[in-house]
Amino acid sequence: MMLPDPASTGLARVRKIEGSALGLRTPAFAPEEGAGDLLEVSLGPHHPSTHGVFRMDVVLDGERIVRLKPVFGYLHRNHEKLGEGTSYLGSMPYTDRLDYLNSMTNNWAYAIAVEKLAGIAVTERAEYIRVILAELSRLLNHTCLAGFLMQDCGCSGTPLMYAFREREKILDLFESLSGSRMMCNFQRFGGCRVDPSAEWLAATRKLVDGYGAFLDEFEALLSGNEIVMARTQGVGRLPAALAVNAGVTGPMLRASGVGHDLRKVDGYGVYPRFNFRVPIGREGDVYDRYMVRMLEMRESISILDQALRGLPGGPILDPKSKQRGLRPKAGEAYGRIEGPKGEIGFFLVSDGTGNPTRYRVRAPSFVNLTILEDLCLGHSVADAVIILGSIDIVLGEVDR
Amino acid sequence: MILAAAPASPADAWLERAPVLLRDALTGWLPDALRPWVAALLSIATILGVFGLLFAYMTLAERKILGRIQNRPGPNRTGPFGLLQPFADAIKALTKEDIVPRAADQVLHFLAPVVLVALSLIGLAVIPFGRNLVAVEMEASVLYFFAAGAATELAIFMAGWASRNKYSLLAAMRALAQLISYEVPLLLSVVPVIVVAGSLSTTDIVAAQGGWAAGLWPHWHALTPWGFSAFAVFMVAALAESNRSPFDLPEAESELIAGHLTEYSGFKYALFFMAEYLGMAALSAMAVTLFLGGWQAPLAVLEFIPSYAWFGVKLLLLLLGFIWIRATFPRLRIDQLTRLSWKFLVPLALVNLINGGVWAATADWTGAAAVVRWFISALGVVVPFIFLARSLSAGYGPRTYRYASP
Amino acid sequence: MLGKGLLQGLAVTAKNLVGSYHDPARYVTQEYPEVQPKLPEAYRNFPFLVSETADDPMGTLRCVACQICEKECPPQCIYIEKSKDKKPDANGKLQIYPAVFAIDTAVCMSCQICVEVCPFDAIKMDQEFAIAATDRFDGLLLNREQLAKPNAYYHQIHPTEASEVDARLAAERRAAEEKARLAAAAKAAAPKAAAPTAAAAPGVPAASASPGSIPPPGPPPSSS
Repeated sequence: MMLPDPASTGLARVRKIEGSALGLRTPAFAPEEGAGDLLEVSLGPHHPSTHGVFRMDVVLDGERIVRLKPVFGYLHRNHEKLGEGTSYLGSMPYTDRLDYLNSMTNNWAYAIAVEKLAGIAVTERAEYIRVILAELSRLLNHTCLAGFLMQDCGCSGTPLMYAFREREKILDLFESLSGSRMMCNFQRFGGCRVDPSAEWLAATRKLVDGYGAFLDEFEALLSGNEIVMARTQGVGRLPAALAVNAGVTGPMLRASGVGHDLRKVDGYGVYPRFNFRVPIGREGDVYDRYMVRMLEMRESISILDQALRGLPGGPILDPKSKQRGLRPKAGEAYGRIEGPKGEIGFFLVSDGTGNPTRYRVRAPSFVNLTILEDLCLGHSVADAVIILGSIDIVLGEVDR
Repeated sequence: MILAAAPASPADAWLERAPVLLRDALTGWLPDALRPWVAALLSIATILGVFGLLFAYMTLAERKILGRIQNRPGPNRTGPFGLLQPFADAIKALTKEDIVPRAADQVLHFLAPVVLVALSLIGLAVIPFGRNLVAVEMEASVLYFFAAGAATELAIFMAGWASRNKYSLLAAMRALAQLISYEVPLLLSVVPVIVVAGSLSTTDIVAAQGGWAAGLWPHWHALTPWGFSAFAVFMVAALAESNRSPFDLPEAESELIAGHLTEYSGFKYALFFMAEYLGMAALSAMAVTLFLGGWQAPLAVLEFIPSYAWFGVKLLLLLLGFIWIRATFPRLRIDQLTRLSWKFLVPLALVNLINGGVWAATADWTGAAAVVRWFISALGVVVPFIFLARSLSAGYGPRTYRYASP
Repeated sequence: MLGKGLLQGLAVTAKNLVGSYHDPARYVTQEYPEVQPKLPEAYRNFPFLVSETADDPMGTLRCVACQICEKECPPQCIYIEKSKDKKPDANGKLQIYPAVFAIDTAVCMSCQICVEVCPFDAIKMDQEFAIAATDRFDGLLLNREQLAKPNAYYHQIHPTEASEVDARLAAERRAAEEKARLAAAAKAAAPKAAAPTAAAAPGVPAASASPGSIPPPGPPPSSS
């Protein structure tokens, strides 16, 4: 009575699991012939744990996922086409709205692309400030992610509230520096917009010094919790080969055991001057993805400490740089950085006019989301929710 | 009567007898034939009133405590300290539109919350709230209580099925799996208590926990090794039975929207909440009765405080535990939930059954033998726990991480 | 051992429950609207137009309707119509003024690029955040009368930045006056053949000291 007729919904075809485009997918679960009817459930776009407006079209055998189709685009805002009609400076505030948790790193990646395109140098003090803000952004992102993930696991808000308590402190820093908590619009071509004052640096120093203690408490609440381990270990395994082939980047890739971090690989900015390590996981499951982020935060604290100590004086903006009416000579450039979610990159093509002729965003959430079905097949609905949570998506960036 | 004129027995104290005196005063003028009926109605009214208020303020306390744990104040706008919040919620629930999906099974959809609340309430009839305060004296009251409690999950299944919503259906299936899995350890954990107390009557079980060893250590069942184990199993099963975090799978918010509650609104929705809290209170009251000495005071010198007050304190402490656990833990998955029951709680409760039997058989051991008796009982708890815990958590554990070479 | 992590977690939540009663770091909620947020000086919301005085805001707008902000605004939420006539500005110089200056705050994304590109310090970011309108079209489309706020208000919300702007404007004005005076003096001295060397000598330091004659380095300073 309650179940849709497989023939009428076209679900009869589901019994044949199609091969993946990447040719790597091994179906983790195929329903037996003669098993019960399948149930098609639409998780989202209005669902408590799809992190925005995202839909998973799930076909279930009992609670086991037989097929999962990610459906997105509900938050599409024409970002890339807008970029082609907007001046180089005018696109900067739009990048805030891609991954709206990490406007600082989005700004930086875009600034690098334009700087490459127009051949603008960045002052040393600005490079340090960028590193400080990017690492603060990473702390913010990973803390929030852990909170959201635990909310998806079924916590009654406690880890999320602790995460947001700390996030608030970082947002206060962003606000007092840039004027806005989330839409910072802070980086400029050749440097940054505002020079941080001594009080701001002192406040950042205080936050950095206290963050380790917060992480200790947060991890005491979660990392050793038997229920968390039971829920997350062995769930949503991502093999390193699939991760590499699918273009997965960031903590997700590293959790699968691939030590690829653009801060080391590209050594952009002044990262080569800092001493830090890149944690990598072994299993590539949800727990590894969570723990890799926790460990990355410890490294970020160390980077912040070094950057605050070594912050040089000088101007924050290259005097030869130009913001308004920038007309780079014809050419193309790709600027990328290691954002908290993975490789965030901007590809720009200039034809010598004031607007780029092509503006393309390589959004880490979007690329990381493409393997969602591979991770979820054979797991239950409850697992799909936490697997999605562990991928760390922001729909502003996925749909653009 | 003045308290200073200390009565010979705490049972005779004026405060202790106040509820009974009040009942007698109210029914005394009635003809004999009517008196038991009116007395029963009075008991029902009292239980409804007290537990209705307890439900109202439990919701407030839960939100406040959850808030405090999460570094925020919780509801504090309606009335002083938010004390009128439950009434505001009630008005809101009553005035909201009652939506019934067109495809729903109208009758079952309406009946589910009613049945659920009724079943959650009738268990309270056999709880001895104080020395002479039990609504219904029954020979097999423990059996009656669990029979009534087991039926509540059926009401949840009704709700899930009747809503004709896929999320609700999944919730209904989860609720049934949960019911079947957790009734077993719940009942098994109670059996040793019945063996040791030698009765199925709640009044007798409380009476059996009276007195103190060496004048200090109460004879409560939870304060013996086997009893502690049974108490722990009972409380875990009670969490699952009342669908509370970390076993709130039927209404798992992050997965199934609101599970069996998805298609309910207005007062029916409130009734589900009422049933959840009443069920939780009933199971906690049963835990107090079976394991924590019921209305018995923890120390002889504290007996001047009336027995029903002690019962209330113990009940509230257990309910606080429920809230605390909810604030801390994530949710289990359905297969882990059933595994926890069948592979951990059931074997533990079965071993404990033997343990309780040995305890009952060695009741006459005294002196050094009593120490040996305690040691055997403790061994009977710790050894199976270690083995079962090891097999349950096999494959899970903290990990160490590597760092990529630069 | 099974249960250790669970007990550890319970200890953390208990610590926070108790801490919320005595430790401000564990009780972080501010009860808006009784407690108003302390906005940092850099906080920005929607733009407003700076006028020199509060009495005659329309007469003393700094805006000269150059339309740079209109062109640069990324979401194109600014609409300007130039005036046909000219009015004297604060320096007494005749300037075009905006006959229409409207910002659609429903479209504005508070990026403050208009502030950065304005060469006249005429548009600045407001801090008023509790804004509501009953009409989502006209109610959110602010015209120049609604946008104009006096310089005193600017000083009130961004004191450091406003002082810097005032100092810069004053310096520019002094430089302009100095220039005008020198020009007048030069014109007066022109018939005399010996004058140029004497007149040029004081003019050189005056020109290099005035920030108005060279472009200010970097974007307009804003405080942190």
